[in-house]
Amino acid sequence: MKCKKCGTKASVHMRQHKLALCKEHYLEWIPEQTERFIKKYEMFHRGEKILVAVSGGKDSLSLWDILVRLGYQADGLYIGLGIDVGIGYSDESHRLSEKFASERGLRLHVVDVAKEYGQPIPVMAEVSHRGQGRPCAVCGLAKRHIMNRIARDLGYDVLATGHNLDDEAAVLFGNTLQWAGSFLARQSPVLRESPGLARKVKPLCRFYEREMAAYALLRGIEYIYEECPFADGATSIYYKELLNRLETDKPGAKLIFYLRFLDARESGLFAPAPEKQIVLHPCPKCGQPTSTDDLCSFCRMIETINLKMEKEN
Amino acid sequence: MTVKLILREKEFEVRPGMTLLSTLEKINVMPEAVLATREGEMILEDEILRDGEVIKLVSVISGG
Repeated sequence: MKCKKCGTKASVHMRQHKLALCKEHYLEWIPEQTERFIKKYEMFHRGEKILVAVSGGKDSLSLWDILVRLGYQADGLYIGLGIDVGIGYSDESHRLSEKFASERGLRLHVVDVAKEYGQPIPVMAEVSHRGQGRPCAVCGLAKRHIMNRIARDLGYDVLATGHNLDDEAAVLFGNTLQWAGSFLARQSPVLRESPGLARKVKPLCRFYEREMAAYALLRGIEYIYEECPFADGATSIYYKELLNRLETDKPGAKLIFYLRFLDARESGLFAPAPEKQIVLHPCPKCGQPTSTDDLCSFCRMIETINLKMEKEN
Repeated sequence: MTVKLILREKEFEVRPGMTLLSTLEKINVMPEAVLATREGEMILEDEILRDGEVIKLVSVISGG
């Protein structure tokens, strides 16, 4: 297969676009497309300060690489979750994030969950009994809280995450199976800022996961290849596999599923009923918005964990 | 007369002369879920796999 731009041997073939590109042109194409999506969805503009949430994985490190290549002011945020499980998963992802930043002279903020909040994520999950035996729910809650806190405290205009199209399509698929209207209404490449909440953007939301892995490999980005040990058997991975089976038979199916959803959402299909509009209040402890009159979910969880740990000791 | 494919801890041996796409179908690996490399270079699904080659498959699915 030949590169569509120069006719040399292609390295990447994107069946959904009927496009094959060589290494050189692929590494130009990805940032060009990212810039197009940033502008199309009005994510941010030059001059704004971007905080990229990095996990040491292919998507987030590639996103940081792309934004810096495009000339944006992008710093990184690594959250140490304390996931070890005998393989030192968090230590390795931290090392790779630090290596990426130092090799490029970039600024990386690090938050260690256990140091700041007393316990690593797996212990928090165990003590709080959240998430049916998996720490993923606690992990998600903690990451959302910390990302928003750091973005606000350090004066960043926008928080960028490395979600790719497969991530978005899997979430969409799960929410559609359950007709989870409020979640469908909120799923978007951009969540605008509101009092207490930083703007959140997903500049890679239209790239397939395979394309981001190809970008990381071709750019020589060293990322954590091992899966999070708690992700084994996760529903989101099962949905990704189902969607990939569909994609194999119908190239472009994932992309169309996601893009037509965005069109439908834009036209108001998933607008919440007026009486269901949620009123947010600032959490009395951390100040982040919450739908309850009391502590936010994160602060409530930390308080519960601290009480239980005190009782045990 | 074999081609070896490696995906994480798994190894597969198949006969040479098939395309990467046919080979992936034969070993029941979804083409959408992997990238294939030969001596560090990415190869595409129309590539014919030759005798004695070792193809490293990189899993692309992550998340949780």
